[in-house]
Amino acid sequence: MPLLWLIVIVLAIAAGGYFMGRSRALAGAGGDSRSLHSLPSYYGYNVALKVLLPSFLLLLVWLMVQPVIVNGTVSSAIPERAIPEGSSRDLIMSEVRRTAEGLDNAVAQGVMTEEFARNARSDFNDVTQRLKDAGQIVTARVTQPILQAAQKFRVMNATGSLLMTVAVLAVAIAGAFWGLREMFPAFRARNVVERVVLGILVSAASVAILTTIGIVLSLVFNTIEFFRLYPASEFFFGTSWAPSFTGRGGASDLGVLPLLWGTFYISIVALLVAVPIGLFAAIYLSEYATPRMRSFAKPMLEVLAGIPTIVYGLFALLTVGPLLMTVFGREGLGWMQAGTAVMTAGLVMGIMLIPFVSSLSDDIINAVPQAMRDGSYGLGATRSETVRQVVLPAALPGIVGAILLAASRAIGETMIVVLGAGAAARLSLNPFEAMTTVTAKIVSQLTGDADFASPEALVAFALGMTLFVITLGLNVFALYIVRKYREQYE
Amino acid sequence: MTDATLNTGGESPRSSLLTQDAHTKRRNRAETRFRAYGLAAILIGLFFLIVLAVSIIRSGTPAFTRTVVDVEFTLTQTQIDEAESQLFKTAAYSGYFIDALKRQLDERGMDVAFDEDAIERIVGKPGSTIREYYRASPDRAGTPVAFELAASSRVDGYFNGRVTRDTIQDSRFLMEADLDLVDALAEAGIIRSSINWTFITGADSGVDNPGAAGIGASVVGSFFMMLVVLALSLPIGVAASIYLEEFAPQNRFTDLIEVNISNLAAVPSIVFGILGLAVFIQFAHLPQSAPLVGGLVLTLMTLPTIIISTRASLRAVPPSIRDAALGVGASKMQSVFHHVLPLAMPGILTGTIIGLAQALGETAPLLLIGMVGFVARGYPDGLAAGFMDPNSAMPAQIYTWAARADASFYEKAWGGIIVLLVFLLTMNILAIILRRRFERRW
Repeated sequence: MPLLWLIVIVLAIAAGGYFMGRSRALAGAGGDSRSLHSLPSYYGYNVALKVLLPSFLLLLVWLMVQPVIVNGTVSSAIPERAIPEGSSRDLIMSEVRRTAEGLDNAVAQGVMTEEFARNARSDFNDVTQRLKDAGQIVTARVTQPILQAAQKFRVMNATGSLLMTVAVLAVAIAGAFWGLREMFPAFRARNVVERVVLGILVSAASVAILTTIGIVLSLVFNTIEFFRLYPASEFFFGTSWAPSFTGRGGASDLGVLPLLWGTFYISIVALLVAVPIGLFAAIYLSEYATPRMRSFAKPMLEVLAGIPTIVYGLFALLTVGPLLMTVFGREGLGWMQAGTAVMTAGLVMGIMLIPFVSSLSDDIINAVPQAMRDGSYGLGATRSETVRQVVLPAALPGIVGAILLAASRAIGETMIVVLGAGAAARLSLNPFEAMTTVTAKIVSQLTGDADFASPEALVAFALGMTLFVITLGLNVFALYIVRKYREQYE
Repeated sequence: MTDATLNTGGESPRSSLLTQDAHTKRRNRAETRFRAYGLAAILIGLFFLIVLAVSIIRSGTPAFTRTVVDVEFTLTQTQIDEAESQLFKTAAYSGYFIDALKRQLDERGMDVAFDEDAIERIVGKPGSTIREYYRASPDRAGTPVAFELAASSRVDGYFNGRVTRDTIQDSRFLMEADLDLVDALAEAGIIRSSINWTFITGADSGVDNPGAAGIGASVVGSFFMMLVVLALSLPIGVAASIYLEEFAPQNRFTDLIEVNISNLAAVPSIVFGILGLAVFIQFAHLPQSAPLVGGLVLTLMTLPTIIISTRASLRAVPPSIRDAALGVGASKMQSVFHHVLPLAMPGILTGTIIGLAQALGETAPLLLIGMVGFVARGYPDGLAAGFMDPNSAMPAQIYTWAARADASFYEKAWGGIIVLLVFLLTMNILAIILRRRFERRW
């Protein structure tokens, strides 16, 4: 793998630069490190950083830009007539990429010579056959325009990689010389190195901002694209969710309301399970439990939070669903048609949220000053009266914040609803019916082989945007409440 | 306020603090009830935990065993030639197999009637396996060979209790009458359970072949993903935390970063999947289903967790350490990198392991970038292929099996969960040991 080698070579240059810089600085000071401005190793680091930073930055930029340029050039070089009816430039391009990859692999296996892979033209039937013989997956017949484009693609990529290697190595060596020229004893190597390190620290911290920007941009652009194909008013106020399958044509109903209803209904069931249990558990742990009991029960409850959601999903689908069916199903009360329902998903999600509610409320209850409890006891209140009339009112804003955080977790939860809640989108009040949620539909719209340009796939981004806005709003509100409360007692 | 005393005339209530009146009794009962509610809540939580554990273990363990049919027989060269000369070659081999089975039952003095169809329902088509074997090693002709043939998934289910005589429905897969034969064979020691190595080391199989499905390939996929997450999130997370905790001035930019981190920690994981799909696959044209992309997405997802725990452990290092370093002439940067960071390292590592464990169990974002189970068809060949070739991850593989709506795949899914939880448990225990061993209380 040439890229790996390139990185290794640059690292080697940097290591060499480190030792040379160090020894040159020491030699310049006549072997007496006391007459240097900085410790000798800083002179070495100075050279190494000047090798590594510019060359890796160049490498990174090149790796990101080259595919865009190559794709653009090759794609615009494909003649219009080469694109068949019902196909698109993107589809042709993916075929071109596949063919190019096939040629690469065939050359690597020794089935084809490089010469042949580059120049095969008129005998393109032969190419298809030979690629198939080499065990490569190609479309039924590689046509001349595609083959030409694939060859151009390969040539451009090869030239690009070669240029990249040369450029990166040149930058690395130039950096080494730049660093080595500064090796006079009065050079303030430590200050330079520390400034660079600080720069690295700042850019690492900025990754969080970049991630948020990335999320927002990827959601916004695709959502705008979706609203260009599908009216926004029908998305936000439509009461029916019925996407047509791609390729069949026909109009899809993509109303978000049934999905939002399913999401909120399941979350409410989950909170009805999690909030009482979690809150009572937190009260017991902080007000009644002995230290031994607390040190056993608290981690045990928190294990529930560490279990992956896929486990809960399977638990809902295969254990809780059938269990509810025996009680509420056809043989029991007859309310339930199938194991996947709002109740199933809600119950299991509630179990998942118990530790979430209990540890957050536990922290908040513990933050209530002991003096308030003592005052209440002094007036003759029992413990439960103290909890109900003094501690809980004092902790209420924080507990509301914790419940809101749990709600946002419930709304964003995916695997439990994908496996446990069913797939039908409906507006109904019966908790024993199957419903579906925003997250479950994001998964189902994006994991099929739908074309990315169709409204059926793009709707997932609009759904993601809705989800992002709702959970973000809940979080900001919850954190605001929690923070405001904390200031009160500090 | 009035000067009136509480005793407003009439009879004074004759009460003592030592005897409980009705009101006190009610208050005490309420107290007991309240306490019982709290205890009940904890017990319910623990009960759910136990139910979860029991159902995982009970439904998952059968995935680690499989039912095999042991038959030992000898084929001479002439028999093989004869079979090869026939039109239905595998049927001829099946005939030999049935003969051998009969002989073994006779030797044990058992008399059970069976026909070829029943055998096919129990063992699948043994002929082709036997033929393959002799074609691969023709020199074995004439010597006794012990065959261990996998029984069909229904027979497997009968042994594991998934299928019982009451629930079985006659179908082309297995008839109720066949179970007599199965029982007889089991009694004779010909059918038995053995450890299912295919499940532990294998790759995903087709929809119609649950017996050959294994989780090995997706464990490798998860492993490469975790390498990416570790290599990126640890340095970036530590660097970001050092900046925020030690160097950042109080200004708008710092506030912006802080707000971003606390919000990212609460963004639903599926939104990170959408980000990965749009940025890494649509925009940057990285290969779909590659562990590299999965690792990048999970890195962005775990960064907030790691940053939060790293900052906590940096904050736990007392300021006196920094002051002492600065006092003997170290620069700010030196005091952080030479003194504070090494002391905070155990806490940082613990936080990182817990973050990795979270990432290991994450499913939803992986589904969006195409790391679904059925792409895990084999082991990657080589290091680069491990990062770039399509593969799956453990939780995504489990999801794929669960979505196949087939009882024998459900069993695999539970088995997969046991494997996943073993990994998670190991990582968490490692984190606890690290914390116990190296954590310093100041």
